[in-house]
Amino acid sequence: MTELQTTPAAAPAAAGPAPAGRVKRRSLTRETFTGWLFVLPFTVLLVAFLLLPMAYAFKISLYRSTLVEGEVFAFFDNYRQAIDDPLVREGVARVLVFGLIQTPVMIGIALLAALLIDAATSRFSRFFRLAAFVPYAVPVVIGTLMWGFLYSDSIGPFSALGVNFVAADTVLASLGNIVTWQWAGYNMIVLYAALQGVPKEIYESARIDGAGEVQIALRIKTPMISSALILATLFTIMGTLQFFTEPLILQPLNPGAITQHYTPNVYAYQQAFSFQQYNYSAAISFLLGAVVFVGSYIFLFATRKRSALR
Amino acid sequence: MSLKRGSVAAHVVMALMVVYFLLPFWWLLVASTKSNDSLFDTGSLWFSGFHLTENLKLLFNQENGIYLTWLRNSAFYAVVSGVGATAIAALAGYAFAKLRFPGRNGLFALLLGLIMVPATALVLPTYLLMSQVNLVDTIWAVILPSLLNPFGVYLLRVYVYDSIPDEMLEAARIDGAGEFRIFRSVALPAMRPALVTVLLFSMVASWNNFFLPLVMLSDDRLYPLTVGLRTWYMSAIMGNGGAATFNVIVTGALMAILPLILAFLMLQRYWRGGLTIGAVK
Repeated sequence: MTELQTTPAAAPAAAGPAPAGRVKRRSLTRETFTGWLFVLPFTVLLVAFLLLPMAYAFKISLYRSTLVEGEVFAFFDNYRQAIDDPLVREGVARVLVFGLIQTPVMIGIALLAALLIDAATSRFSRFFRLAAFVPYAVPVVIGTLMWGFLYSDSIGPFSALGVNFVAADTVLASLGNIVTWQWAGYNMIVLYAALQGVPKEIYESARIDGAGEVQIALRIKTPMISSALILATLFTIMGTLQFFTEPLILQPLNPGAITQHYTPNVYAYQQAFSFQQYNYSAAISFLLGAVVFVGSYIFLFATRKRSALR
Repeated sequence: MSLKRGSVAAHVVMALMVVYFLLPFWWLLVASTKSNDSLFDTGSLWFSGFHLTENLKLLFNQENGIYLTWLRNSAFYAVVSGVGATAIAALAGYAFAKLRFPGRNGLFALLLGLIMVPATALVLPTYLLMSQVNLVDTIWAVILPSLLNPFGVYLLRVYVYDSIPDEMLEAARIDGAGEFRIFRSVALPAMRPALVTVLLFSMVASWNNFFLPLVMLSDDRLYPLTVGLRTWYMSAIMGNGGAATFNVIVTGALMAILPLILAFLMLQRYWRGGLTIGAVK
């Protein structure tokens, strides 16, 4: 982000004597025109499908639809209602619990896998890297369908265990497993890439000092990639707060356990498309989006120094 | 590795994890070769009879062959959104990195600021806006929002900034080449590895997309695979009459991930490339 300022600063230095300056200026207007032409399609899309929807969601979240008067300005009533709504609170509490347990488990598995492929250079470890990453290539919908079949007590391989994977008290863990399966390999690759960036001499000197491979992994490699670990954790938490597809797909397996308000996003979706409560739904979405958005920046800012993020 | 014992332990752990990650694929492969009855009454991790061709026939004939329509739709959405998003991101990323124009830094800062806006929060308002211009339930409702790829622009901007020297562009300018010509014949070839990565990621994102088409489309002949398979799955679970049976859904799921797994194996380099540019930079 800091490199943004370097280009304009370099420009005046390049301008030499007068004739060269004139050429420069002429090419600058041409560049201005081309520059805007090149970013125009992107800018139009940014406005139409990001800024406009955001502004529109905020606007309608301030209104309320009534039978008698139609749309009336309600100020922050929808937000007040959302914050007080026990169903919203339940969903928020659930995704928080989910995130607090699933995130460390998954990042832990990803870290272990990354450390393993970093240390072992056999043919099998290359195969392992591929196998762990493949679930990421599967659409979330289909990954969830696959696990839905595996969880089934009539056609799944675990039916002999006698565990109901979609009961009220097990379904959250079952959903956690799906997310872990799908994203652990992705995070493994991210962490592995970070490990590749650590200079190998550090390990050599530790080995000379008598450190074992496990000690090197825990005491040197892991701290060295803390910035990548932090980023991976952040993105996982952001994903967790928006938890939607997996519970929606598995809902028919046990509608009593995976309720219409199971997560804030599922609730917002149901409010909009089952009950036509667009205003209220927009307030919930906007609130959730704002929490995710502000949360990511606070998180990134707070960990900036420690993780040497630029 | 000098420590034999440690290496053996490491390989045991990796082997266990491989079983975990590949088990669902194995199950799906086995299940797609079974008849619907043997899905229920034979051991689910080993073959029993071979009914794959039969299942494929059932799959492609279910509801007058709508699966093929979904497959075509998914491919069409992925190619159009992927190519479109990549072209738009290439133009913008190049301009942000190499062209000087007023408003550039402001616009780029805006992009960086908005990169974290969660996509799920935008689906509902986008739907409402689309319905005001009568685009809901058309292919445009799925394609147009997918053309926006701020992260792709960011990635290409970083790549161009680092890998194309200004002197190269300056030399082309002195030779009298127009700006678009320079972009096309100097910059684009140099951007190829990053372009492939962005193309791959935007195509896969579109192929995997679920929330947006779920909300935007109600005509099932416009559905992509993800939304279509979900409706089959729901009907099958709820036991609606005439619904696709489990063997059909399982085979449909297998067919839907095969192209992705092939693309994944052939283009591994670019997958990893995309992730590492995104994470480390």
